[in-house]
Amino acid sequence: MQNTTIAYDSKVEGEIIVTQADAVINWIRKHSVWPMPMGLACCAIELMAAGGARFDISRFGMEVMRFSPRQADCMIVAGTVTYKMAEVVRRIYDQMAEPKWVVAMGACASTGGMYRSYATLQGVDQIIPVDVYVSGCPPRPEALLDAMIKLQDKIGTERSVNNLFPKKADSKEVAGATKGS
Amino acid sequence: MATSKEISIGDAGARASESEGELQGETMMLNVGPSHPTTHGVLRLKMELDGDVVKKCEPVLGYLHRGDEKIAENMTYNQFIPYTDRLDYIAPLSNNVAYAMAVEKLANLEVPERCEAIRLLCCELARVSSHLLGVGVYGMDAGAWTVFMYTFTEREKLYTLFEELTGARFTTSYTRIGGVARDIPEGWLGRVLEFCKGVLPVLDQVDKLLTRNRIFMDRTVGIGTISKEDALAYGLTGPNLRACGVDLDLRKDKPYLGYENYDFEVPIGTNGDCYDRYLMRAEEIRQSVGIIRQCIGKFPEGSYYAEDAKKIFAPQKAKVLTSMEELIQNFMIVTEGPQIPAGEVYFEAENPKGALGFFIHSKGGGVPYRMKIRGPSFCNLSILDKLIPGHFLTDITVILGSLDFVMGECDR
Amino acid sequence: MTISDLALLKERFETLTERESSDHVALNCVSSQLIEVCTALRDDFGYDMLVDVTGIDWDAQSPRFTGIYHFFSTTKHEYLRVAADCTDDINPALPSLTGLYASANWHERETYDLMGIRYQGHPNLTRILMWDAYPYHPLRKDFPLAGIEVPLPAADVAEVTGMSVKPAPMVGGPFVSSADGPMSQTEPRARDESWNEKKIKPHGK
Repeated sequence: MQNTTIAYDSKVEGEIIVTQADAVINWIRKHSVWPMPMGLACCAIELMAAGGARFDISRFGMEVMRFSPRQADCMIVAGTVTYKMAEVVRRIYDQMAEPKWVVAMGACASTGGMYRSYATLQGVDQIIPVDVYVSGCPPRPEALLDAMIKLQDKIGTERSVNNLFPKKADSKEVAGATKGS
Repeated sequence: MATSKEISIGDAGARASESEGELQGETMMLNVGPSHPTTHGVLRLKMELDGDVVKKCEPVLGYLHRGDEKIAENMTYNQFIPYTDRLDYIAPLSNNVAYAMAVEKLANLEVPERCEAIRLLCCELARVSSHLLGVGVYGMDAGAWTVFMYTFTEREKLYTLFEELTGARFTTSYTRIGGVARDIPEGWLGRVLEFCKGVLPVLDQVDKLLTRNRIFMDRTVGIGTISKEDALAYGLTGPNLRACGVDLDLRKDKPYLGYENYDFEVPIGTNGDCYDRYLMRAEEIRQSVGIIRQCIGKFPEGSYYAEDAKKIFAPQKAKVLTSMEELIQNFMIVTEGPQIPAGEVYFEAENPKGALGFFIHSKGGGVPYRMKIRGPSFCNLSILDKLIPGHFLTDITVILGSLDFVMGECDR
Repeated sequence: MTISDLALLKERFETLTERESSDHVALNCVSSQLIEVCTALRDDFGYDMLVDVTGIDWDAQSPRFTGIYHFFSTTKHEYLRVAADCTDDINPALPSLTGLYASANWHERETYDLMGIRYQGHPNLTRILMWDAYPYHPLRKDFPLAGIEVPLPAADVAEVTGMSVKPAPMVGGPFVSSADGPMSQTEPRARDESWNEKKIKPHGK
């Protein structure tokens, strides 16, 4: 169900806007996503270019590239994930606080790309749940911005209030599961 | 007598003050992990710190080892070109050219002058691009964010040029064995000259911001000094080697692509510290702009591929679709690969990061038997465990930035 | 290397023979004399940089492994290739050049990691590109490109995610056909077919 803002400004109560809690929370979250750039290879350069002046990821509120997972919302896996690096990616993902999202940027992060070899993890979704896949080798910064907009749309449909108070205190993260459906 | 009282303190600091010699402390293990903003790419440093001073440093590589050399044994020579892009992914065109030249040496194939000029232009533009990023990110590491923004804007202009020429912003896969993929578009050379006109003032601005900046100099002068003997022993190449005072530039000493016809200087440093390495790169951008201008000034006409290389370079598409011989030729080259004779070759090109070498052993046919890629960053990083101990923790950022390495060609 | 230099070198070390090469002068050296030859190259003939150390696996031949060294002289601007066969096929070994050139350190670790050639006298012969517990030498000809299943290097991550190092899917892979044989039999197919439409993935997810 789309959580579009249902609001009305009532002249009876005064300048008060009534809307859904989900709409407000999602609106706040999606317009201030702080990415954690897991820049591993060539896609990291396009990620940096997206943060540069020409493509300007700052228009979406995302120029705060936090390299510390504790302070970030969205992990952008940009580049080839090898098996040696897989444990590092997983650990950093575990250190991020909820709510968190993952964008698999590029062919290598989505499915292993053109590196079908003994050392390359064939897709980062084998170890962490991915929300948006971006194709391209490397994807143009416009493609990355498109993906971030799609992520924003996805965040807009989440049941945030339900997820604020999870029923199970120690729910384990299962690989491949998607959130907020 | 009664003034002094003996107190026994079980404290390291007090123990230290009792002892005659230096303060005895414990060393701390610090892991500058593979995911870190200052390590450009996935490099891990396992360090032992005594307070703020690094006592031991062990670099751990392999976090980007994708198996390129094994992949090369399973692909034709032309199919491997996209993998060479992703070795030094900041200046992909120069890797393409180095690889194509190595295979052409094995095939004893000469390319026409226009093709050489195109390749040289690509190499020099890639050099400008790589050094712009090197200087920009180095400034960012040292705290100067503005420099990064300026140089990245210039690089975007270069990306537009590359896109017009090859179809991709970077990871271009532009060369083929025996030539380049397509000829230069109309008016492209004029746009390159415009770019050259625009990059020099930006470089001057960066110069004004960094070169005599007191903070920058304090952070870089005398830090990370590499001696001449060490540099040669550890196999350093490129600006890192030249900053130590060794006059070695493969463009001058073993010229290829017609570099001997151009007039340019190679900057040589004196001290081998981080400041010198920064100056090397900044000056090399200027020299590269000079070479580009000279090259465009006398750009030769002709073909952009070796037309007599029947079994190596795929023929023109129009002919393939209409003529039988070209159809068969195209089929053989695409399925079986360019037929390169048997032999061994080792070719090094002066890439922006250093000397990129390809060792190819071929048993004939379209697929190499063994390919070894000698990545300059692999050798540049090997000096780290000797260089870093003795410096402060905050100097690590500056040293790593000054070495300007890329993990793509280090781990392959 | 000039002709006179080459003659001098061959006079000093009778076991050196010339190796066929498409570009630079190349020499075949006996592995027992390797350190002597390299010391002479560095001190007397001016080859002050060791630019590359690698190895080749000849698969079904004997000797199976050959170590290849590339030297560069900064004064003469010349390259030189030296090849040394490993005498043992099962446990190949060569003397280490770390005493002569510091650059040999990491290059030899890489060749040990990927090919399995042990370098005697190396101060720290451990894996450098693959993780320490990796059991195979990937660049050997009997190792498939797709890889062989081994557990993930980190046990806790493997437990949480249920993942291991799996062989990569090769179907639809790079198509190469061999030049010899009738065309009906040399249809382009992926060279490494440990997994394709006919053979299912060994440890399917």
